[in-house]
Order: sequence, then C-alpha cells, then structure tokens
Amino acid sequence: MQMSRWKVWLVLGVCLAGLLSLLPNFLSQQTLDRLPDFLPKNRIVLGLDLQGGSHLLLEVEHGAVINDRLESLVNEVRGALRSAGIGYRGLGVQGQAVSFSLTDPGQLDEARAQLADLNPLLPAAGFGTGSTRELAIEAGEGGRFAVRLTEEAREQRLISAVTQSLEVVRRRIDELGTREAVVQRQGADRILVQVPGERDPENIKRLLGKTARLTFHMVNLGASLDEALQGRVPAGYMLLESAEDTGGPQHYVVKRQVEVSGENLVDAQPTFQQGEPVVSFRFDNLGARKFGKITQEHTGELFAIVLDDKVISAPRIREPILGGSGIISGSFTAESANELAVLLRAGALPAPLEVVEERSVGPDLGADSIRAGAIASIVAVVLVVVFMAAYYGTFGLLADVALLANLVLLLGAMSFLGATLTLPGIAGIVLTMGMAVDSNVLIFERIHEESRLGRTPLGAINTGFDEALRAIIDANLTTLIAGAVLFHFGTGPVRGFAVTLVIGVLTTMFSAVTLSRFLVTGWYRRRRPATLPI
Amino acid sequence: MRLPRLVRDDTTVPFFRFRMPAFALSAAVIILAVVLLFAKGLNFGIDFKGGTLMDVRTPGVADLSAMRTTLGGLGLGEVALQEAGEPDEVLIRIERQRGDEEAQQAAVGEVKAALEQLAGPGIEYRRTEFVGPKVGEELREAGIFSVLIATALVMVYLWFRFEWQYGVAALAALTHDVFATLLVFSLLGLEFNLSIIAAILTIVGYSLNDTVVVFDRVRENLRRYKSMKLDALLDRSLNETLARTVMTSLTTLLALFALYFFGGEVIEGFTFAMIFGVFVGTYSTLYISTPLLYYLKLRAEPEAAAGEPAGAR
Repeated sequence: MQMSRWKVWLVLGVCLAGLLSLLPNFLSQQTLDRLPDFLPKNRIVLGLDLQGGSHLLLEVEHGAVINDRLESLVNEVRGALRSAGIGYRGLGVQGQAVSFSLTDPGQLDEARAQLADLNPLLPAAGFGTGSTRELAIEAGEGGRFAVRLTEEAREQRLISAVTQSLEVVRRRIDELGTREAVVQRQGADRILVQVPGERDPENIKRLLGKTARLTFHMVNLGASLDEALQGRVPAGYMLLESAEDTGGPQHYVVKRQVEVSGENLVDAQPTFQQGEPVVSFRFDNLGARKFGKITQEHTGELFAIVLDDKVISAPRIREPILGGSGIISGSFTAESANELAVLLRAGALPAPLEVVEERSVGPDLGADSIRAGAIASIVAVVLVVVFMAAYYGTFGLLADVALLANLVLLLGAMSFLGATLTLPGIAGIVLTMGMAVDSNVLIFERIHEESRLGRTPLGAINTGFDEALRAIIDANLTTLIAGAVLFHFGTGPVRGFAVTLVIGVLTTMFSAVTLSRFLVTGWYRRRRPATLPI
Repeated sequence: MRLPRLVRDDTTVPFFRFRMPAFALSAAVIILAVVLLFAKGLNFGIDFKGGTLMDVRTPGVADLSAMRTTLGGLGLGEVALQEAGEPDEVLIRIERQRGDEEAQQAAVGEVKAALEQLAGPGIEYRRTEFVGPKVGEELREAGIFSVLIATALVMVYLWFRFEWQYGVAALAALTHDVFATLLVFSLLGLEFNLSIIAAILTIVGYSLNDTVVVFDRVRENLRRYKSMKLDALLDRSLNETLARTVMTSLTTLLALFALYFFGGEVIEGFTFAMIFGVFVGTYSTLYISTPLLYYLKLRAEPEAAAGEPAGAR
C-alpha cells in the first residue's frame, strides 16, 4: 500500500512540531529569549505538588457581609425615626433583620413612610435601576417592625464583596513578591490563591486572615472602665480590647463614630522611631483634612488607632497634625510593622475571609515526588518497550518507536499548551504509555489473525490496521469521555491527571494508528518479507 | 529472542458455560458491596470527610508514642499518627473539629505549636492538607456525580456506536466493576479520597476498552455467521479476541506496577485502585458483559434456526 506523499509529510511534521514544542523545557530562559519568535517557548508548568507551594481556597464570610449592612441600617433607621419624631424601642439587629417596636403603634404609617425613604431601588445588572428594592419591610402587630435585605440585595452585596476582596487579596499576595502566584475567583463566593514555592503557608494565611480595617476613634477617658466592663457602656460609645501586649491598658472606651478610616490612606511604610519599629502613614486630601480638623479640636486628648476592632495604640494628641501623615506605634517587631504596612497599603477586606481548603506541599516532598515519578516513568517505559519487542519482535520494535514518539508528542503538547504537570499527571503519562501500546496490540493481533487466515503480508497489514481502527477509536473515546468528565469536576492535582490522560489519548490515536502504520508499511516496503514475523 | 505467544490461537474456553456462576458471583459482589457500604462505609480521607492531614519530618527519629500522648491531650478529638515510610516521617490526621472553618484552622495551629515544643524547631512540614466541612461535602457530591455522568456518557456513546443492547451489557459490567472496587476499599478499610475517584473514572473508561474490542468482534461475527447460535457466536468472539484482552491488560499492568512500586506513597492508593480495576474489568468483559448480550435479543433470531448446524465452523 502507498501512503500519499502529503500524509508522510504530515506525520513527519507533527513529530517535528512535538520535538520543537518539547525543546524549551531543556533550554535556559536566556537561550529561550534569544530564539526567534515563531518557535514555541512555553514550558510544562510543574504543579504545586511537585514544585512545592500553597493552594488556599478562601470563602468570603456571608454573615459578616450581611451583618455589616444591617449594622449600618440600624443607624439609618435610628436617624430617620428620630428626625421624624417617632418613638421606638428595642432597635437592633436580630438574626437576619433589623427590628424595633414603635412606642405608639398609631404611628405605623408614618414609620412606614420614613422607612420607605431608606429603601432605594437596586441598580440593575446593566445600566439604570432595576425593579427590586434593597429592603423588605414587614410591619407586624403592635407596631413591630422587621427590616430585612431582599434576596437580590444580599446577592449584590456578596458579589461586590467578593470582587473587592479579590482585588485586596491580589494586592496583598503581590506584596509577597512571589512570581506566578495565582489569585482567581472560584464559584460565587470563593477566591483561589496558589502561591508556588512558599515554604511557610502560615505566612500567607496570616496575611490573608486579617480584614485590616483601620479606623481612628476618640477615646472617652471620662467613662468608667469598670462599668463598661460590666456591660454598661455609655450610648454612642463602645468598649474595645487592646491588641496583644501593647503594654498599655487592656481596654478602652471609644466613641463609636469613625473619625478617619484606612480608606483614606495613600501610603504606609515600616520605619523606625527612636529605635522602635513603627508604621508611618499618609492620608489623601480628604483624610488629611479630617485628620487635621480632629487633631486641632481635640488636642490633648487620646486618639485610638483601631485595627480590626482592637486598639493598636492610643497616643495623646500633642499638637494638630495638619500634614496628613502620622505614625502608628505600638509594640511592633520589624516584621509585624512590615506586615501591617503591607496590609494597610493593600487596603481592607470588605469582610473576613475563611480558609475552606488548604493544600500545601513543602519543596522537599515536591522534589521527592518528582524523583519518584521520574523513576516510575522510566521503569514503566522500559518494561513496556522491552515486553513489546520481546513479544512482537520487529513489529514490537516499531510499536516502541511509535511509543517514544507518543511520549514526545504528549510532553510537547503539554509544553505548547503550558499545561500543569502534577504527580497524578505523571501517573496519567505512565498509564498512557501502558494504554498506548494497547492499540498496537489490537492491530498486531489482527494482522496475526489475518495472516493465519492466509492473507498476503501486505493484505494482512492493511486489513489489520483498517479493521482494528474501529475498536481503537471506540476504546480511546470512552477513555477520553471519562478523562473529560474528570477534568470538568476535578481540582488541583487530580485535574492534572485528567489533562495528561486526555492529551495522552489524543496523541495515542495519532501515534498508534497513523505513525505506526507509517512505520510498518515503510518497513515492509524495504524488506518485502514473504511471511510476517508476527 | 521472542517470547512464546501467551494465548494460543485456537483457544476454545467455554466462557458462556460459566455465565450463571459468574452472574451469581457478580450479583453477590454488588449486594455485598451495598451492604458493606451501609454497614461499614468507606474509610473516607479528608477530601470527603473534612479534616487535616499533615506529613511532618522530625529532626531525629520520631517518637510516635510521645507525639501521640501530646497531640491526644490537646482535646482535638481523634488524632491518628502513622509512620510514613521513614522513621523520621510521620503522617498526622486530625479529625474534623466541631464548629466552623476557623475552629479547624485553630486546631492546626495548636498541633503545630505542640509539635514544635516536642520535637524542636527543626521540624519540617512536608505536606499540610486541610479540607473544611463545606468543601468536603462538595467534593463528595462532585465525586459521585462525576462517576454517574461519566458512566452515562459512555453508555450513550456505546449506544450510538453499537446498539442499545451493548450499552446495557456494558453498563452492567461497569456497575459491577465500580461496586467491586468499592467493596475492596470498604473491606480493607483503604483510604478513599479524590484520587480514588479519579481511578474509578479511569476504570470506567478503561474497562470498556476490552469490552469494545469484543463487542466489535461480536458485531462482525453476527454479520459473518448468520445462522450460528448466539451462545456459540459469543464464545467464538471472546476466544478470537482473547489474546487481545489479555495482552492489552498486561501492557497496562506493566505500567501500573512500575507506578505502584516506584511512584511513592502519595499515589499508592490510586495505583492500587487502577490495578484492581484492570483485573476486574477484564473479568467482567469475559464473564459479564459479553454473556449478557445473549439475553438482550441481539438479533431477531428465529427459533427454528437454532436447530441448524452452525454455518461456518
């Protein structure tokens, strides 16, 4: 049989492309940069389980997002009722709602009207406003109100919280200076962080575990701490704990009102003041103006710097600070000062993030896995190659050539796609090696069968390839289907297995069918044996 | 030097004659698997159960009993320790803690602190895997779902390529393969994690390879031997393709054994499941799916033709 000329070129072309794509893995970055642009330059990416690193899946805390909004709603409701002169009691967040009772149930309609003013239409997905409101207001018997967020409002808040968090997380991770870190949204409310090469996952978790909401409050020195500790905090004030080991008092009574917040920061840097590590910060225009005004009006009083509801320090305002920059002191170490500066620069998270999945691999285990995977691969290839040659003789050797070409193509395709190789991925490659020769087995057995039935060698070869093709395609496609499903549902290392399995099936279909046919017919045309050695 | 052929060319193994014992055995396997899944369950790894797995290397030889006492005293529920291949390497499994994800993280912190106190600061964390309860549940659902989806898709494919009978027969064999794997994992109490799901999915794809080859031959023979009795035809098809069935499984097993002995403990479970799956898949092709075709009205066989001598023998 003749293979058409273009087919021969195609086969050779594909193999060459495989080799070329594989090449960058063996070259240094410098050599690679000097190569002309038309050559493939991607390399196989090692998964976190092989190069070591941390995979963290974070979830935005729904509760906190919704609760934040409810807390601010309490203030809005209070303001609205007061200004309208409507009496109320028991105003506060209860479960998922802001609830209160009217002192005079007769004012029901008035209260309802006031609340309606607080209830804007939600922006629609595109432009303009939609038809859904933010709040669901229920008025029950005896003038009892329960104000809830509508389903749509919750969803919008969550989405925007996730989007904001994503930005903040990205900025914080960038500060680590790790190249090739991955930060991406996953599902509705999760963020995937993958940091290769990080030895200490706790470091990342600490960095992402803080909301880093920085606020400045005035300290009420007149209030009695003892009474506050027993739960009697004056209205409009709150009791805050002091951050660990600041050396000062354990608690402060501070004004609820936020005078200035971290949102107005433009820069924060770790520095030293009188030999102590501190964090210097600078406000934007608005922040500087507010800060100046406060420090002017309250010179001599204590000013609490609060991070995530803990007082870092409460310095006395000695003089008005008009330049818009200042210093946060409080028993920092050089690292913790740096960390705080990083957090302040990256901005606050809109809600706390919790780690819902973590997979960290140390670089040593990764190196061990690479070694184990490499040894297993080599042993598997040698076993299969030797077995095929020993069992099928010349045909086996031809199958072995096709197998090695298959390996080159598989790795070449992975490099070209920049696919990630994981330990299960290596298992997928090894498995592909075992399954790739299956196709050759099917072909050779058919050729053997046809020879026995008395066909000429060439006839047997042609029938063998033609008739085996159906089963080969069916068998590989079922594996492909399973691999595709696994790719869709799998995560991390397991997905790496699906990648090599799927690519392996595709390269196998080429090498075991087209390439080995090319080799077998080429061999036959040169030797013209009277009987096939099979 | 050539190896002799493993399967002679003229085998006449009467597979079909063993169908009843084989069906009974497979039914027993499936029933036993279901019973065991309910009674004993699977030894779910942290992927599905939630919890924490740590692989630590201590500066010297690990003092397992001291570690056990210390970690057991932390009040974190069940903390399982196991030597991991080397005397200085320990696998620590911490069960899922009561409370939310934060409680889980706190537990990890406590364990790390306790370990550092016990073994000194030279302790090395080779691997830390933590799966929160929520993610565990999702992974479990996704795992079950993906096996079902893959099985269904593969069935549909066979139905398109062959006929519905072949799809049904293959489905029975696949169900048997999957349950047999579950049975072994439950029986031996082997850890069942995400990579085992990957193995099962691969088995779903791979165990059909043999089946497809035989089915292809059955179809061919149905056309060639129009009057041969179906049971004889199925046996003939199985025997004609027996060399293929054995050889393909063998080459795959060669690769898998290399992986099992040299691939390291991280993928040991996966490889074990695959090896088992290849054996079971081969068995079910020979004794389940192909014999089942007999009962699925593969062709409108006129009963009268049954008495005629088989044509092409």
